[in-house]
Amino acid sequence: MSKTRLPDIIAHHEKELLNEWLQHQNEALSGRRDRIPETQLRANSQDFLRALNEALSKNAGADISRPEWTSMRDLLGEFSRNRATQGLTPTETAIFVFSFKQPLFAQISAEYAENKRGLADEIWTATELLDKLGLYTAEVFVKNREEIILRQQQEMLELSTPVVELWHGVLALPLIGTLDSARTQIVMQNLLEAIVARSSDLAIIDITGVPTVDTLVAQHLLKTVAAARLMGADCIISGIRPQIAQTIIHLGVDLSGVMTKATLADAFQLALKRKNLTVSRS
Amino acid sequence: MERIPILKMGSFLLVTIQVDMHDQLALTLQDDLTARIVADRASGVLIDISALDIVDSFIGRMLGNIAGMARVLDAETVVVGMQPSVAITLVELGLSLPGIRTALNVDRGMELLRSARNGEFGGDGRQDG
Repeated sequence: MSKTRLPDIIAHHEKELLNEWLQHQNEALSGRRDRIPETQLRANSQDFLRALNEALSKNAGADISRPEWTSMRDLLGEFSRNRATQGLTPTETAIFVFSFKQPLFAQISAEYAENKRGLADEIWTATELLDKLGLYTAEVFVKNREEIILRQQQEMLELSTPVVELWHGVLALPLIGTLDSARTQIVMQNLLEAIVARSSDLAIIDITGVPTVDTLVAQHLLKTVAAARLMGADCIISGIRPQIAQTIIHLGVDLSGVMTKATLADAFQLALKRKNLTVSRS
Repeated sequence: MERIPILKMGSFLLVTIQVDMHDQLALTLQDDLTARIVADRASGVLIDISALDIVDSFIGRMLGNIAGMARVLDAETVVVGMQPSVAITLVELGLSLPGIRTALNVDRGMELLRSARNGEFGGDGRQDG
């Protein structure tokens, strides 16, 4: 394959390319024009052309993972993240790169007017490269979304396992939502740390907010109870709905070693009794 | 030869484990403890493990042995001061040390031993009332 003339084409016709490209971008984003100011589009496009020429002039070829394409990848990564934050879809973000094809091909056709073989090769080089760059933009977009979801999951995990002190030495752990192994770790940690911090010897684990209890959830609960016991605190499991009680027996889960109560009120009463406390009307 | 010191507090014995346990040290501790339980007519043994970052199956077994030996000599054993991370690891490994009483700290442990001596215990202390 003969040497590509893309760097020269782009350098010599930069102004026309830029203008035509901006026109295509605006058409593609016609519904959303107001979201991205013209100046930003222009600046992004100019940066892109610069980075493109920089890499092409170093004979970087189409493999965009090579170091010559690093500044282009950084540029596109930043661009994609910004577009995602501005609420654009992956397609709208990738259009930035793909809409460059039409103006570029027009210039290539003009350049290779007499040379059909060279024209085909050059167009292939250009399209291969722009496809890769466009797809890279979309990929960064998706990865960014995944990171946001992961971070939100983490925050939700931390928010939803509070430990509260009901009375001196009596802790309550209201569980809301499903109990998977990741959450159990956090629950155990929070509970044990609270046992030490508040010097408690009783913990009431309320599962009213746990939608389903299967053998795995039961296992996690029993683990938590065992860990608390190792630290010298007893646990009472409360908030067992009638349906849950049936499920537990049908599954053959052995809760014989654990104190259980239907409601948090009953559990609290038991806790007071164990501390030799009574509630009286004044 | 290094040995773990055993302190007498009233009718109880207090042992604080602050170094890494190896075979010889564990055996020596068991020897010393059983001898002291008889010599001092102790009715309770308090083992403080608050300085241990790691408790493996070896130490778990050792604690179980000591509790058993003490029981044979009519003394109760309470393990105190387990760190949260240690408790979680033990539970994840399935080593929940059955039959060993535990308390949060030395004060609580002493209370437990006193009530045991006064016969207030029932089974493992679990009551559903």
